[in-house]
Amino acid sequence: MFVDGNAAAGPLAEALGIDLTTAVVTCAGCGVSGVFAETRVYDQGPGVVARCRSCEAVLIRLVRTATDAWLDLRGARSVRIPLAP
Amino acid sequence: MTDTLPAMRRRVPWLAATVFAVRSETQAARTIVLDVPGWPGHSAGQHVDVKLTAPDGYSAERSYSLAAPAAGTRLELTVQRVDDGEVSPYLVDELLPMDQLELRGPIGGWFTWHTDEPGPVLLVAGGSGIVPLMAMVRARAVAGSSAPFTLVYSVRGPADEYYAEELRAADIDVRFLHTRTGSPGRRIAAADLPDMVGARVYVCGPTGFVESVSELLLAAGHAPADIRTERFGPSGG
Repeated sequence: MFVDGNAAAGPLAEALGIDLTTAVVTCAGCGVSGVFAETRVYDQGPGVVARCRSCEAVLIRLVRTATDAWLDLRGARSVRIPLAP
Repeated sequence: MTDTLPAMRRRVPWLAATVFAVRSETQAARTIVLDVPGWPGHSAGQHVDVKLTAPDGYSAERSYSLAAPAAGTRLELTVQRVDDGEVSPYLVDELLPMDQLELRGPIGGWFTWHTDEPGPVLLVAGGSGIVPLMAMVRARAVAGSSAPFTLVYSVRGPADEYYAEELRAADIDVRFLHTRTGSPGRRIAAADLPDMVGARVYVCGPTGFVESVSELLLAAGHAPADIRTERFGPSGG
């Protein structure tokens, strides 16, 4: 069962220092754009996987070790981060 | 080397929280009032991550929605017990005033309502999905906002309602939908949702509930851009 990008916002803020829920992510697979909050998130495994709501391709993967956060963004063609507060 | 190196970017830090009070909402849920020095404030709809660490160093993190606007450094979470969960049984059954835990936040700027937004607003809650929506209802009241609010609250029965008295006394349109009191049980349906096309809609609940309500809203003519959703899964434990 999936949740959504809201549930992954904490670990991503820990890694990136920003709130990703309002960022617009464009899928490298199908080209559909949407806010990260509305992506499908699977967080019951060893890491966090966010998938495209449209085509279900993997957009973002995050794995945390004891010392580092590993972020794989290759499924995202772009991540547009609002800079206004 | 200089002594003016730029500070490392401050990521969302873990903060020490002290339990100020606890109160029961239902047999399976309670509200935890926390004092969190350094709390930066938050918007209605945001959540926090809570971390518990065992004496052997094992730690577990869970996300919980903030249930009310902050009062200085004091904030409120409402936690539902997941019976086979790792974290929630402790928070609901054992945590006492003066206990400490670690917390980071506020988290999530998408599923938020700001008190200067004029509305109208439609809130649709499934079960404990009421919590971030209650923060919006309370923020509206605290701010003296006159934004028209309608809340549809789907819950198994009266014994499972959170904030029941407060909601019945609120000056907004509240519609309870009891799904397990009739026989057979029922699911939320198109007729349960008011005709509010054009309103900002917030939907929060278990994933299946949110998916169902989203489909109903889209079928009723709501624009996808007007609908904001937050799903929680069985991970709440």
